[in-house]
Amino acid sequence: MNTTTTRTPAPPARPAAGAARPPRPSRVSSWARRAPLLPALIFLVVVTQLPFAATLVISLWDWNALYPDDRAFTGFGNYGTVLGDSDLRGAVLTTALLTATVVLVSLVLGLALALLLDRRFRGRGVVRTMAITPFLLVPVAAALMWKHLLFNPEYGLLNGLLAAFGDLFGFTAPQPDWISEMPLLAVEAALIWQWTPFMMLILLAGLQSRPLELTEAARIDGANNWQIFAHLTLPHLRRYIELGGLLGSIYIVQHFDAVFTITAGGLDTANLPYVVYQEFYQAQDYGVASAAGVLVVLGSLLIATFALRVVSSLFREEGSRS
Amino acid sequence: MTTADLKTTTARPARQAAGRAAPRPPGGGRWRSAALTLGAWVAGLLFFLPVAWLVLTSLHSESDAASNPPAVMAPLTLDNYREFFGTSIWEGPWPPLINSATASLASTALVLLLALPAAYALTIRPVKAWRDTLFFFLSTKMLPVVAGLLPVYLFARNIGFLDHVWLLVILYTSMNLPIAVWMLQSFLAEVPSSVIEAAQLDGARLPVVLGRVVAPIVLPGIAATALICFIFSWNELLFARVLTGVRAETAPVFLTSFITSQGLFLAQLAAASIAISLPVLAAGFAAQDKLVQGLSLGAVK
Repeated sequence: MNTTTTRTPAPPARPAAGAARPPRPSRVSSWARRAPLLPALIFLVVVTQLPFAATLVISLWDWNALYPDDRAFTGFGNYGTVLGDSDLRGAVLTTALLTATVVLVSLVLGLALALLLDRRFRGRGVVRTMAITPFLLVPVAAALMWKHLLFNPEYGLLNGLLAAFGDLFGFTAPQPDWISEMPLLAVEAALIWQWTPFMMLILLAGLQSRPLELTEAARIDGANNWQIFAHLTLPHLRRYIELGGLLGSIYIVQHFDAVFTITAGGLDTANLPYVVYQEFYQAQDYGVASAAGVLVVLGSLLIATFALRVVSSLFREEGSRS
Repeated sequence: MTTADLKTTTARPARQAAGRAAPRPPGGGRWRSAALTLGAWVAGLLFFLPVAWLVLTSLHSESDAASNPPAVMAPLTLDNYREFFGTSIWEGPWPPLINSATASLASTALVLLLALPAAYALTIRPVKAWRDTLFFFLSTKMLPVVAGLLPVYLFARNIGFLDHVWLLVILYTSMNLPIAVWMLQSFLAEVPSSVIEAAQLDGARLPVVLGRVVAPIVLPGIAATALICFIFSWNELLFARVLTGVRAETAPVFLTSFITSQGLFLAQLAAASIAISLPVLAAGFAAQDKLVQGLSLGAVK
């Protein structure tokens, strides 16, 4: 944005430089401008768009690698299969639920964490580093840790802490089998734990870019903390919240590692990426896998747009009330 | 408008006053401030607790690791790490670690090679439809990787390219390229055009301008971009899992062999998780601030 606007109405320096050049960029110079762009563009089109086009085509065919002779055009039959099968329909729902829950909860927790870390206090750097760590653990490692070290009913930390707490206050603490009793919640907990620091980082940067003078002025005018938060801080954070929500949605809707590791898609936790993996890798049903893949694309576009809409409309209401 | 006015008139004194860290609300502010500090520490510790537990478990013997109630005070040992890394570089976790390093570093280099000229064409001497082009780059990121997985698999299988690290290099490059172009263009856009024009007026040619004027300003941005591409490539599981076998297995795929471990190797699992996360942890801690800027595509300063 700033580049074109600042550079086209060039200061008096331009005429001197521009005089040597023809007024309109010749064909050669416009290609010289485009040339640096081409390698990246061509690479991306070949490696991402072409395979997706192929996926679109394959999704219209009945094609199971285990029965290679039965390949036939089926139109939207595979989509019907995905949406008609209750397991696969469940995966669509699971994906939406998982993405919405993880993004919203980690945004709220990340905002709380960012507000706590925005103040100056002794050891702020240490606390910040501790809070970032979950995001830096390799996702598979984090998922394995939740599965075996935290959720395990016999020697996991969660039940260990529960038992210790019970001993302290003289009661027998419940020892739930977290993963089998609340599978989706278990996956969500692991993901929220990993993504809250990400939201915190973005929102903290937003908080620290906020003009302090405005807050001071509002305080002098008699605004209380809540009013300052609702009318100054939150509106200022809006673009940061949108950015966090958008990036978070893009990544979570495609998320595979935690589902694969913690529940292996069992107990109604299979999301669409896992279904694509399963249909293609285990069932070898290329047609259905491709249809599910196309649905993931639609889903991520939908979620990204929807998340943005919801967030901005929330803020618009907040703004008009003031 | 009012924001800008306030900024220019009152910015300096207000900032200085805040910088002296005087508790802003007078009177009962001290207790409130202490409570908030305590809250921040508790929240930080809560988020860190699982990692601390992971580290502690990795330093315990297997029997102490699997005890209930948790054996917090059990003696520490490095045996699990010794066991994990083994002795020979040709076995154990070493081949996957080497594959991961190759795939991540090579694809990061390739991303920069492709993204830098593209970002240049979008900022320093922008092409006409530069904004649409930029959005096209970002939109390819909205295309989930699973949606192209099957054709890539079939194609690679037919030309005998499965189980090759270089297949991963190509895919990781396509995975990170959109983000890298976006980030780099926002870093390049920060170079003041007046600086470039001044250098050109002094008679400097384009390569000199780029090398002497632009490069030093955007170098931290390039480093942040490289860091993030490295982290995403190092962490990737789905592609590596589907497209590699024995030869090109990466570290995250190697870790998945622990998925069904039934408690017997808990301490080893912990050591393996830490060891494989170490490059990312080190890189992330070293560049926390750049990480923020990079993760938000350069939009957040």
